[in-house]
Amino acid sequence: MVNSRMSKEIVINVCMGTGGIAAGGRDVMDAFIEAFRERGVDGRVEKHCAVHQVGCRGFCARDVLVDVSLDGERTTYQYIQAAMVPRLVEEHVLGGQPVTEWTVGPEYHAFHDRQVKVVLADCGNIDPDRIEEYEGVGGYTALRRILSEMSPGEVIDVVRESGLRGRGGAGFPTGIKWKICADNESEVKYIICNADEGDPGAFMDRSVIEGNPHAVIEGLIIGAYAIGSAHGYVYIRAEYPLAVERLRRALDQARAKGYLGKGIHGSRFDFDIKVKLGAGAFVCGEETALIASIEGERGMPRSKPPFPVFKGLWGKPTVINNVETLANLPVIFRRGAAWYASVGSEKSKGTKVFALTGKIKNTGLIEVPMGISLKEIIYDIGGGIEKDRAFKAVQTGGPSGGCIPSQHIDLSVDYENLIRMGSMMGSGGMVVLDETDCMVNIAKFFLEFTQSESCGKCTPCRFGTRRLLEILTRITRGQGRPDDIERLERMARTIKDSSLCGLGMSAPNPVLSTIRYFRHEYEAHIHEHRCPAGVCRELITYTIDPERCKGCGKCRRHCPVEAIEGQPKAVHVIQQEKCIKCGSCFEVCPEKFSAVLRA
Amino acid sequence: MKQVTLTINGKSVKTSPRSTILIAARSAGFRIPTLCYHPRLASVGSCRVCVVEIQGRGNLAASCVTPVADGMVVRTDSERVVAARRLVVELLLAGGEHNCSLCAASGDCELQNLAYELGIEKLDFPVEAPGYPRDTSNAMIERDLNKCVLCGRCVRACNEVQVNEVIDIGYRGARAKIVTAFDRNYGDSDCVFCGECVSVCPTGALREKAARFKGRPWEFQKTRTTCVYCGTGCQLDVNVRDGRVVKVTSDFRHGPPNYGSLCAKGRFAYDFIHHPDRLTTPLIKEDDEFREATWDEAMDLVVLGLSAIRNQEGPDAIGVLASARCTNEENYLLQKFTRACLGTNNIDHCARL
Ligand SMILES: Cc1cc2nc3c(=O)[nH]c(=O)nc-3n(C[C@H](O)[C@H](O)[C@H](O)COP(=O)(O)O)c2cc1C
Ligand code: SF4
Ligand code: SF4
Ligand code: SF4
Repeated sequence: MVNSRMSKEIVINVCMGTGGIAAGGRDVMDAFIEAFRERGVDGRVEKHCAVHQVGCRGFCARDVLVDVSLDGERTTYQYIQAAMVPRLVEEHVLGGQPVTEWTVGPEYHAFHDRQVKVVLADCGNIDPDRIEEYEGVGGYTALRRILSEMSPGEVIDVVRESGLRGRGGAGFPTGIKWKICADNESEVKYIICNADEGDPGAFMDRSVIEGNPHAVIEGLIIGAYAIGSAHGYVYIRAEYPLAVERLRRALDQARAKGYLGKGIHGSRFDFDIKVKLGAGAFVCGEETALIASIEGERGMPRSKPPFPVFKGLWGKPTVINNVETLANLPVIFRRGAAWYASVGSEKSKGTKVFALTGKIKNTGLIEVPMGISLKEIIYDIGGGIEKDRAFKAVQTGGPSGGCIPSQHIDLSVDYENLIRMGSMMGSGGMVVLDETDCMVNIAKFFLEFTQSESCGKCTPCRFGTRRLLEILTRITRGQGRPDDIERLERMARTIKDSSLCGLGMSAPNPVLSTIRYFRHEYEAHIHEHRCPAGVCRELITYTIDPERCKGCGKCRRHCPVEAIEGQPKAVHVIQQEKCIKCGSCFEVCPEKFSAVLRA
Repeated sequence: MKQVTLTINGKSVKTSPRSTILIAARSAGFRIPTLCYHPRLASVGSCRVCVVEIQGRGNLAASCVTPVADGMVVRTDSERVVAARRLVVELLLAGGEHNCSLCAASGDCELQNLAYELGIEKLDFPVEAPGYPRDTSNAMIERDLNKCVLCGRCVRACNEVQVNEVIDIGYRGARAKIVTAFDRNYGDSDCVFCGECVSVCPTGALREKAARFKGRPWEFQKTRTTCVYCGTGCQLDVNVRDGRVVKVTSDFRHGPPNYGSLCAKGRFAYDFIHHPDRLTTPLIKEDDEFREATWDEAMDLVVLGLSAIRNQEGPDAIGVLASARCTNEENYLLQKFTRACLGTNNIDHCARL
């Protein structure tokens, strides 16, 4: 018997990116399937009933996110666990009453409303494991049209008109790169998708492949057609098992549907794609190191020129494009170059995906039009600073980038502006820093990364970054020398000037940009042995204010090294020689007393 | 091919379009110091000592790997360039154990020369040598990676010139070092002791084991000669001190046939020279006993013996074996002698003789 209130169409979307799965997405999905089976929901629905896995939609902090769509009306839930599913099914799916206490709040909508989704448009809506769903939202139509109506030269013209620039870091115009490669006479050419994504904290490319692998594949095929290549590679890090699995499945499906292989869709164009797993070295994202790695050599950059478009993989002309760059292409061809060029700023067109993290309320993956202000990103999308503390700076471009201080919060974000500020777009990391972040420490964090990821080939990077780190470390320990700032600046400039590849050329950026905008913090560390943000352990002292201490003993009980002495109801004292500056006392002293002081 | 014209330090220089800045500058009389560069090996531009400033380019370029271009404007000695070179050499000196007075390479070390040339008097950094144990496991070669500057010349020499593929760069960042397969010591590797790596190492990281403490580089008298081991005719230098051969080296500038390469025998098997068992005069056997003789005496005896056999038994009773260790010319003469003088075609060779 069909329940009169029963919907005709029921669609459940469960977020199953790496984040969603880690939060329990698979169990949630199983719970829905189980609940539907138990209640016989399937058989009672007139039109359509489905439980879908979908890719990441960016707001990973709220996982597991679940959409319940009844006859097209969608309700989104956050923080869903398997145990909550029976109630959702009972009250909402069957009873028609959404469980309001579990639905997403206004921040979810604020988070999404200011975004413009081009690359991520279908991530979170379609099942990445089913090519039909991609085709259902217009996927592969661009490719079919190109193959039947356009010459490679025309394809390149469209990409040039769109203004698309590489999203892998340097922002090189994609159309021009293709043109140079296309103009090179060679029987064999290659095109490579760079999915190495090694920046700490970056997961843009992973999400795109996990959520919509076919968009990347379609982009790669379009590029191959434009430059005249029959062989493609996706170089992807082995630490992305889910992305690799979905990519491989998508390639099989594309092959089965004739989008890859010989004579693609009745044309005379042959093309296929191999997947190559990287071992997780940051430097292997650099294009010449990546090529060496595919060739089975040690992943070490070589000097350019010759650029890969002239002499790349196995010595043949090769185009290397980033995942996000490629994922833009099908949309550019579906909606037209003019439309694409209308989004963004004067010299930076389209959108950019950022991984928004740090001291911000809404962390996650966002896609915004180029030219949007930092303020809109941080306050409108990000919801402002955690605990409403003061915003200090935002670090962009990951370990190759720099920070932009609060006075430039109105900066419009595009390639040129970020470089002008001493930072860069990089692959799209965006770490928000507040007053509790020490800028010397931030620079040190990134240098720790780059010095250990340096391939070791050239001297300035191999030893220079290590020496920079050494100096930063001594500054954070209060052992900085009076001329250390000048020493850092001098060395940083020379390392940038003389390193072989982009890693060494950009590794000093975090140092230079923090000195540029936060010189006073360096000076406080060096000259006053003080860390203004209260982060650098060696420079902090915890004391107990005898006026305020009521002798409750909480700090004494929490101190892990028994450095605090005091009788109940009497003033407590910290033995400085025992204190390891863990800050436990500071944290636990009841707010009404606030007797532990940090200086 | 059409020549290109570029400007180096204000001077107009014409050169082949296939030339690098380094070659063009050197041929125009400008000195650009190098470290990882070696004329016999592919250039990789990794040490960054040879950097130069190119007008219109954001960062410095390694001149050894940067091709010239028409209209290019290059400076090889600007403040920026010198600052970069000095930093590179200072970083190298601080990153290893470059205690020259204890080093076999002192006086024959490119790093030492660079430090001097760039006027480095003291280091801005504490010395932080990696502390690798010295590898003495190889019979011929002693390896001290604390002195290695990671120029990679040994790797290219082993892999590109000798194609033995025994060593490569392993690990990353400041921990990067030259490794054999699985980072075993040299003695347990597939090394064939050709010594090509030693011959190109610019520092004291790779040295001939047998020559340790037998003399300083400037005490050697080098005599160029042809290797006696085989017929290839490799050119080598015997390094002599106090009348004794201390080691054998070669030099790519000697040109063909070996361009500085040698095999394990040519480079390391010279101990026969001063060996007590070595024959220095001919011996004649009389009554089952050898006695020393003069060359004339010995020659006469051979002539007598061969003539007697030929007269009694005919020329085909004699056979002659030549050796692959002789030169072409020597082998030619020997077959001529066999056929024309002895009158037999019984001439063959044995590679082991
Ligand atoms: C150290 C280093 C790491 C890099 N890592 C990546 C990466 O993970 N992904 C990427 O697409 N590009 C990376 N790049 C940039 C690539 O070298 C290359 O410029 C890019 O893949 C070109 O694609 P695009 O034109 O589409 O941006 C890296 C560059 C450097 C110097
Ligand atoms: S800059 Fe760093 S990563 Fe790049 S080649 Fe030099 S050592 Fe390797
Ligand atoms: S001696 Fe020869 S084989 Fe051995 S490591 Fe050196 S170059 Fe290679
Ligand atoms: S051992 Fe010598 S030749 Fe080999 S990398 Fe080190 S310094 Fe260069």
